[in-house]
Amino acid sequence: MSRNTRRRRLALATGAALSGVLFLSACSTDTNDTDNDSGSSDSGQANAASSNDDPGKKVVIGFSGPAADHGWLAAINSSAIAEAKKYSDVELKTAEGTNDANQQISQVETFINDKVDAIVLLPTDGAALTDVATKAMEAGIPVVNVDREFSTPFAARTTVLGDNYGMGVSAGTYACDVIEKKGLDDAVVAEIAGIDALPLTQDRSKGFKDALKACGQNVDNRVAAEFTVESGEKAASNLLQAAPKIDVIWNHDDDQGVGVKAAFDNAGRDEFAFIGGAGSCNAMQWIKDGQMAATVIYPPTQAADGIGLARLIAQEKGMSDLVQVAVPKRVVLDAPVVTKDNVNDYQDLCFES
Amino acid sequence: MSEQETGSTTAQPPVRESSPEAEVLESMSGSGRDRSSSFLGGLMSSSVGRNLGLVVALFALCLVGVATAGEQFASIDNALTILRLAAVIGVVSVGMTFVITGGGIDLSVGAIVALSSVWATTLATQSLARGNHWTVMVLVAVLVGLGCGLINGLLVAYGGVVPFIATLAMLAAARGLAEIIAQRRTQIVNVPGFTDFFRHDVLGIPLLVIIFALVALVGWVVLNRTTFGRRTFAVGGNPEAARLAGINVKRHTVALYAIVGLCCGIAAVMIVARTTTGSSTHGTLYELDAIAAVVIGGTLLSGGRGTIVGTVLGVLIFTTLSNVFTQNNLSSSAQSVAKGIIIVVAVLLQQRLATRSNSGGP
Repeated sequence: MSRNTRRRRLALATGAALSGVLFLSACSTDTNDTDNDSGSSDSGQANAASSNDDPGKKVVIGFSGPAADHGWLAAINSSAIAEAKKYSDVELKTAEGTNDANQQISQVETFINDKVDAIVLLPTDGAALTDVATKAMEAGIPVVNVDREFSTPFAARTTVLGDNYGMGVSAGTYACDVIEKKGLDDAVVAEIAGIDALPLTQDRSKGFKDALKACGQNVDNRVAAEFTVESGEKAASNLLQAAPKIDVIWNHDDDQGVGVKAAFDNAGRDEFAFIGGAGSCNAMQWIKDGQMAATVIYPPTQAADGIGLARLIAQEKGMSDLVQVAVPKRVVLDAPVVTKDNVNDYQDLCFES
Repeated sequence: MSEQETGSTTAQPPVRESSPEAEVLESMSGSGRDRSSSFLGGLMSSSVGRNLGLVVALFALCLVGVATAGEQFASIDNALTILRLAAVIGVVSVGMTFVITGGGIDLSVGAIVALSSVWATTLATQSLARGNHWTVMVLVAVLVGLGCGLINGLLVAYGGVVPFIATLAMLAAARGLAEIIAQRRTQIVNVPGFTDFFRHDVLGIPLLVIIFALVALVGWVVLNRTTFGRRTFAVGGNPEAARLAGINVKRHTVALYAIVGLCCGIAAVMIVARTTTGSSTHGTLYELDAIAAVVIGGTLLSGGRGTIVGTVLGVLIFTTLSNVFTQNNLSSSAQSVAKGIIIVVAVLLQQRLATRSNSGGP
């Protein structure tokens, strides 16, 4: 439990420190075209503007990510590119879109040959890209590691991560609130996980379990899908068969959530509080329509943050809200819960599935 | 390294007149017709001409690279980057050339690479390697690849399963087994001797590139300068005629699939060295990349005609293409489209040349 609170406090601190960067990137997502877009981006600028945004030394940043085979990853790429466009002093070289570690290694090698000023890397597999990232660092090129961690700390100057454990904690804490409000003693809690073998799924599930334990609850039914719409539908249908009455469901991923929701609708079941994960535009819309209780954000703007930090590192600047003159080694992003009350604040961060 | 009229030049004079095997080869290679057709048609449909076409295409691609990316493209470092990327898929493609020339196909190469890489990096293998010598890992990968190839070959030759289906089954099973062994985790290599060895350069050329060159060289010699090679053309061109000519077609087919399995094992060692990991996701879609390289290289998918030089050029064309796209900030989706167009154009050209040389013949 102490580790739990410490992590939450850490997440809170870094979240606060990063809110500036986050809000900036909020206006950079070009996937949404809501009418309040311009209004909120103005306020966003005002929240975070600092002398750091003034054009500085011209820098070339290389960016490589995995293939955009689902909505979240597509948003990672598009928001990173949009972030780079905002700065007149950044020239972005993108080598997006491969799930082949061999290919991605050669992309990074190309960046090293081209002597870029910094590299932002969301690896298809953290361990497989560690060697080449270390090579880049040894060549004097700072590497910003996004989302999937390298296997040694020498391979990255800065690491930007989403908080998977924290996501589970946020979902679990919210579930506890729901159960308390409903006044249930022994609630039926269900969980639809993503690909079970991935460490990130295990972290999310552990966080969820730990948070539920804190309010005396536990996960009664658990199924795993594979982050795709089809697998979500299948897993959710099976779950509904297995549990005739459910009070709270947490679905790890809003991309697979489209299928999960379809299964709910097909079965005509809505007796439970439906909690999502990641924060897609679909989920936000469902929250507005009252078809979903909440979703937990797993920021699709991590690579955009990585670009912003890479620019500061290459220009030898620190983060303006921190006293320290250099960019931090490690940034863990917040995993807030989005409900009907605050959905408008997060609308601009959403991504299309 | 010119590769020409494989059948007739490599057949030894004594057998040439009498052996039915040589006659089968003569009738299938089409080289006799080439000489009598018009000069240009003859040149273009001979393997030298085809390879020349590929060299021109590669050269044009390099020109585009230099024109759009300038010095960044035309540097030695970049050339080595292209070659390092080409090395792994290149080794697989050399093996694929054998099996396609022999009239078969292997869809399981990517899965075999994954399984070999995983098997060679399990905790048990790694502790064995630390206790003895890092080459244990190499041996394990190569043996696993060879074993999978043998199973494919036995199924095709003695089980009578169509190659497409037999290797499709292996594709599913080998990757599944890799996932089970690795539990879908990435296995990090922790054997210092192994990673250090493969980081070596020889005269500035990365070891991976040298391995690729050696595999290609051995492949070329075996296919063009040995009885085994000639038999491969015979089996691929007309298995029934080859059988009548006294070739043990079944045994030969098993050997061909074993060769491609062996190449996958070698490629697995290379990818483990390059990524310092073994993973069930390694080698995804390598079957398509390898088949594409082999086909644009000029090897006939129906068998009976094959060229290692063409395959190597095919691999280089695709890796150079992806490098040019990366240098120019273009997305990999556009790259896939370009790849598709190149395959279609190459095959259309080959077909036109083939029909022209046929109609021009006696």
